[in-house]
Amino acid sequence: MLYRLADAIPTIWLVLTLVFIAMRILPGDPAIAALGDGALPEQLAEFREKMGLNVPIWQQYFNFLIGTLTLDFGKSYMNGAPVLDLIARNLPYTIQLTVAAMILGTVIGIPFGVLAAVKRGKLPDSGMRIFSLVGYAVPDFYLGALFLIGFALNLRWFPINGAGSGFFDILHHLFLPALTLALVKAAFIGRLTRTSVLEVLGKDYVRTARAKGARENRVIYRHALRNALLPLATGMGLSLLATLSGSVAVELVFNRPGIGRLLIQSITERDYGVIQGGVVVFALMVVFVNLMMDLLYVVIDPRIRVK
Amino acid sequence: MTIAPSLSRQQPVSSTHPGPLLKVEDLSIEFGPEGTAVRVVEGVSFSIDAGAAVGIVGESGSGKSMTSLAVMGLIPSPPGRIATGRILFEGVDLLGLPRSRMPEIRGRDIAMIFQEPMSSLNPVMTIGDQIGEAIKLHEKMGREERRQRIIELLKLVGIPDPERRLGAYPHQFSGGMRQRVMIAMAVACNPKLLIADEPTTALDVTIQAQVLELMHKIRRTLNTTILLISHDLGVIADICERVIVMYAGKVVEDADVKTIFRSPKHPYTRGLLQSIPRLKDENTRLYQIPGMVPLPGTIKQGCPFFPRCPDRIDKCARETPPLLEITSQQKAACWVSAGATS
Repeated sequence: MLYRLADAIPTIWLVLTLVFIAMRILPGDPAIAALGDGALPEQLAEFREKMGLNVPIWQQYFNFLIGTLTLDFGKSYMNGAPVLDLIARNLPYTIQLTVAAMILGTVIGIPFGVLAAVKRGKLPDSGMRIFSLVGYAVPDFYLGALFLIGFALNLRWFPINGAGSGFFDILHHLFLPALTLALVKAAFIGRLTRTSVLEVLGKDYVRTARAKGARENRVIYRHALRNALLPLATGMGLSLLATLSGSVAVELVFNRPGIGRLLIQSITERDYGVIQGGVVVFALMVVFVNLMMDLLYVVIDPRIRVK
Repeated sequence: MTIAPSLSRQQPVSSTHPGPLLKVEDLSIEFGPEGTAVRVVEGVSFSIDAGAAVGIVGESGSGKSMTSLAVMGLIPSPPGRIATGRILFEGVDLLGLPRSRMPEIRGRDIAMIFQEPMSSLNPVMTIGDQIGEAIKLHEKMGREERRQRIIELLKLVGIPDPERRLGAYPHQFSGGMRQRVMIAMAVACNPKLLIADEPTTALDVTIQAQVLELMHKIRRTLNTTILLISHDLGVIADICERVIVMYAGKVVEDADVKTIFRSPKHPYTRGLLQSIPRLKDENTRLYQIPGMVPLPGTIKQGCPFFPRCPDRIDKCARETPPLLEITSQQKAACWVSAGATS
């Protein structure tokens, strides 16, 4: 496990470097972006000095790496707040959204996939196919906008923006954005489940389970599904990462606080510190998710368990 | 070997039913969409008395496995379908039972062991759980009592250190050991009929002998009726007293084992016997039946063995021979053996 963690370090370093380079290549001057076109040269110089932008580029890179190691991403160029605070304030919302979408997507996707596999070629299977086609084809920001207009603006069942406070209020605010991401995810998971369950249903041990006298439900849920989860776990990991990036668009559409919206905002403002910090957090989350997936395999599949 | 009382059946086997334990009548199995379906088993009839051990021998594609799956009600459907026939178990037609009744019978009255021990066990369940499930599905029993039963079963099939091994997963066992686990699972509820479909084919020769010895032991200790499916007459001769020879979906000979080895009446059976390697004539080439098994559905009339038969006469091309009684102990589907000359 430690080895796996050590394995992630080069990945993170690469991401950091790419982000650093990308930010410096992009046109636009953070000092002008922060202070406006009318700022005096002295003000610009003072700003650059304060933010560490006046030193040679390799030294900026070095400072950035050291800063990341000590979890110090500097201050926002725009409002002077420490980047870490900004991230800490926004991160929980993104996690809420991602986790909710993941749970909802799985809860919708897996039973649908199983149903489609068991009723292969019949109505539920065709329904699943149409659903997943739509789910693949419709972009999440578009779906989100439709939901927003339909259920929040017109029907007024759900709030239009924000994240709410208090448990039920949070859930109320969370539902539509989470559903948006979840439907896309359910299409993917459902399709994957169907394929996986179909394959497993043809296995010899499924026949053995029937030969024991297990009824169909037991055969499917106790014997087939658990084995079908093995390939599914990989797909779910990938899909969780897709949801993370999907949350960027959905946070914008629903005007929800979160890392995604923070990132978009700081990119338009050339707020290097926040962008770098945000990307590092995303990279860490990706690494963390991959790690969790590896752990999940061990839980599901006894063959991987180390003695 | 003493067997704990819980493993032996409370009442004697088939106390109420007078006839044979299993009687298959005119069984035909089709595959494919209706209209263009292909018959892989056609007009198969045989019966097995309680306590007997009967073998079905035949090449791949002869329909022997399909016949046994039909008895279990496990023909994959679609595309498979039972077109005609009755399968009477203790006098009750299994094909006439509602679908929901079959799971009660599977595993409790009729159990089955499969060919591939490597893939027939669920890789994510411990073997204790898998054997326990077979018990749980059919018998009410406390957790501890069930555990004891699982341990007894593992002892019966010769798995060392059962208390510890019941928590192990299939991948931690060798092929032979897995087949023992499969057997333990199959006999967990002390079935009246045990169907073993090529139980030793996937195993190497020394392990084969051990598994066959175990089958003998199961028969002795549990008094189980056995239907053994194999392509290997030697394996069948080891376990069974009677053998049914299948070819191209039909029964071509049905006789007791000694008679078949001494005087086979169907030319196909003779071919099978001649193709068993023998130690004494090591210099001669091993006999091979010329030609190939016909694809299902390609034989329209006449004897299915006609194209490969060394003894064929004109009648064989025209009329399909039914299973004819040659002696009271032996039936064969062959015009020539029944005395026809032209």
